Amino acid sequence: MAGGGQTSGASQSDSFAPVRYWLLLPSWLTLLVLVLAPVSMMALYSFLTKEFRGGVVWDFTLAAYDQFFFDRGLFGDEPPKLQWTYISIFWRSIWQAGLATLMSLLIGFPTAYFIATRPEKQRALWVFLITIPYWVNLLIRTVSMKFLLREQGPLNDFLLSTGLLSEPLAIVNTNFAVQLGLFYSYLPFMVLPIYAAVERYNFTLSEAAADLYATRWVILRRIILPSVKPGIIAGCILVFVPSLGSFLAPDLLGGAKNFMIGSLIEEQFKGNAGNWPFGAAASMILLTMVMLILMIFAHQQAKGGK
Amino acid sequence: MHLQPDRPIAVDIRDAVKTYGDFTALKHVSLSIQDNEFFTLLGPSGCGKTTLLRMIAGFEDVTAGEIMLFGQPIADLPPYQRPVNTVFQNYALFPHMSVLENVSFGLEMLGQSTAQARLRAGEVLEMVQLSQFAARKPAQLSGGQQQRVALARALAPQPKVLLLDEPLSALDLKLRKAMQLELKHLQRETGITFIFVTHDQEEALTMSDRIAVMSAGQVQQLGAARDIYERPINRFVADFIGDTNLIEVVVTRVENAQASCQMTGGHVLLCEAVDGVQSGARVHLSLRPERLFLTQAGAGPDGLRGRVRENIFIGTDITTIVALDQGPSFTIRASNSARGNARVFAPGTDVVINTEQGAGRLLVS
Repeated sequence: MAGGGQTSGASQSDSFAPVRYWLLLPSWLTLLVLVLAPVSMMALYSFLTKEFRGGVVWDFTLAAYDQFFFDRGLFGDEPPKLQWTYISIFWRSIWQAGLATLMSLLIGFPTAYFIATRPEKQRALWVFLITIPYWVNLLIRTVSMKFLLREQGPLNDFLLSTGLLSEPLAIVNTNFAVQLGLFYSYLPFMVLPIYAAVERYNFTLSEAAADLYATRWVILRRIILPSVKPGIIAGCILVFVPSLGSFLAPDLLGGAKNFMIGSLIEEQFKGNAGNWPFGAAASMILLTMVMLILMIFAHQQAKGGK
Repeated sequence: MHLQPDRPIAVDIRDAVKTYGDFTALKHVSLSIQDNEFFTLLGPSGCGKTTLLRMIAGFEDVTAGEIMLFGQPIADLPPYQRPVNTVFQNYALFPHMSVLENVSFGLEMLGQSTAQARLRAGEVLEMVQLSQFAARKPAQLSGGQQQRVALARALAPQPKVLLLDEPLSALDLKLRKAMQLELKHLQRETGITFIFVTHDQEEALTMSDRIAVMSAGQVQQLGAARDIYERPINRFVADFIGDTNLIEVVVTRVENAQASCQMTGGHVLLCEAVDGVQSGARVHLSLRPERLFLTQAGAGPDGLRGRVRENIFIGTDITTIVALDQGPSFTIRASNSARGNARVFAPGTDVVINTEQGAGRLLVS
C-alpha cells in the first residue's frame, strides 16, 4: 500500500470488480436463506387462513390480525371491541423483559466495571468465568433454576434453616421468577458489551473529574455513564430483544398465569390446536415492536454521539 | 536555597516516600514550594516527578512522609477536597461535553449555579482566547486548542496550586514555545503557584523560577534555572541540563579557591574550586560547549590541541566536534554570527581549544 497511492488502489479494486460479486455471494445467500425468506414466509402466512390441523389454506385474509386486536364475540357476528387478552400478554411481555433488562443492567454494569478495572492479564479469565455457565443448555439451566427456587428447594431450605423465614417463599410461578429466569439467561449479553466499553474508557477522565471536585457518584453519573453509553445501549438491546420473545423462562418458571408473547406464539405452532396465521401475525407484530424499539434506541444513540 | 522570606510556603513536601511493592519510586524527597512560584520538577522518565505531582493532586497515596498545603496536612484528603487542579498530559477533556461545559464543570462541583459557572467559564475562555469555540466538542479542536481548554478548565476554579503534568509534550515545537511563554505570563497574571512537570530541560529553563532536578526517585539539585545550569552539583545534573563536555581530571593543587585540573595528556586548566575538592582528587570537569572557542593551532597561546572532525550547522549556532590529540572528543559551539563564524574551521584543521573565564565546573560526584 505504501507509496502506491490512490490510483493503484482504485485500479486494483477495478480489476477485482467481477470477482467482488462472487466473493459477496455467501453473505447474500445467508441473508436471503436465513433472514429474508423466513421473514417473508412469516409475513405471507400471517395473511392466510388457518387449517384445523395446523398449516394454512391459501385464502388471503386479515383475520389473524383482526383476531389479535378485536373481539367479535363467540360467533364473530358482534360489533368489534378491542381484544385485551393478547394486548395484555404483549404488555406483560414488554414489562417483564424490561424489568429483566433493568436487573441485568444493575448487576451487569458493576460486574463489567469490575472486570474492566482488573489488571489486564486477569480480565480474560473473568470474562471466561462469566461465560462458563452458558455452555450448558438453556433448557437445563432454566429447569435447574426452578428446582433451586421451588418451595422445597435449596434456597428455601437454607432460608428456613437460618430462621430468617418461618414459611417458604413462593418464588416459582410468579412474575419475579420469570424476570429472574430471563435475567439469568441473558446476563452475559449485558456484561460483555459494557465491559468492552468500560475497557476503552479513559480512566484519566475520572481523575480529571475528581480533580475538579466531583465525588465518586457524580463521576459515575456525569462522566463514566455518558462515556460508556453505547455499550449500555447495546447490552440493553441484546437482553431486551430475546427476553421479549422468550418462552422457556415464562413457561417453566412463570406457570400458566404469567404467559408471555413467546409462549403464545409457540402454542400456535404446536400440535393440532395451533393456528399458524395467528402465530405468524403475532410474530409480525412482535417484530414490528422490536424494530420500533431498536429505532428509538438508535435515534438516542445518534443523538448522544453528536 | 533562594526562598524568599516574605512568601508563604504553598506546598511543603517532607521526607516523602513512595513504594510500589519492591520498587521505590520516591526516596525521601523534601521540597518547599513557595506561593506564587513557577516551580518545575525536571527529570528523565521514571525519575518520580509525575509520581510526586500525583501525590500532591491526591491520585497516589504517600507511603511515608507528609505533604502540607499552606500548612495543612492533606494526606487524608481525597482529590476532590484538595484546592489544587491539574492539567493532564493528554488533557483528559470530557469528550461528551462542550468546551464551555468542560470549563464550568469544576465551578459547578464547587456549588456554583450553572449560570454563574458558565459566566465565569466564559471569562476564563476569553483569557485563553477560545471564546469563539465555547460550543464545540473537544474532538473538534486542534491539539493546541485542546491544551488551552485543559488549562482554562484547571484555572477556572481558581486553585491555590496548579499542577501541570507535561502539558506541552504533545504540541509541535513552534506551538510549544509559544505556549511556554503564555504559561509563564499566565502564572504571573494569576499569581497562582504552578508546579510544572517536564523532561525537557530547555522548557524548564525557559519558564521556571526554580527547578528541582530529579533522578532515580531523588532530588539531585534544587535551585534557580541559571544556578542549575551554571553550577550543577553533580555529573547527572551537568549532563542532563544542556549539553556539556564531561572529562576526567586530576586536581593537582587547590589555592585561593582555584583548583588546578590536569587532563589526560598533561594540559592544566584553572577553575573555581568547590567544596570537598582536595589536591590529588580524581574528579569530573564540565565544560559547556558555548564557553569554549577555537583558534588555529600556532596562531595564539597554546592550549588543548586537537583536529576538527565535523561542523554541524544548526541555524543559530554551529557545533564543531574536535578530536583531541590525546583524550576524548570535544563539542564546541559558536554562534552563527560574524564573531562566531570566525571561530569555525574546516574539518581536518589543527586547532587549539580555549576556555572562557569560569567555563569549567568541577563535579565531585
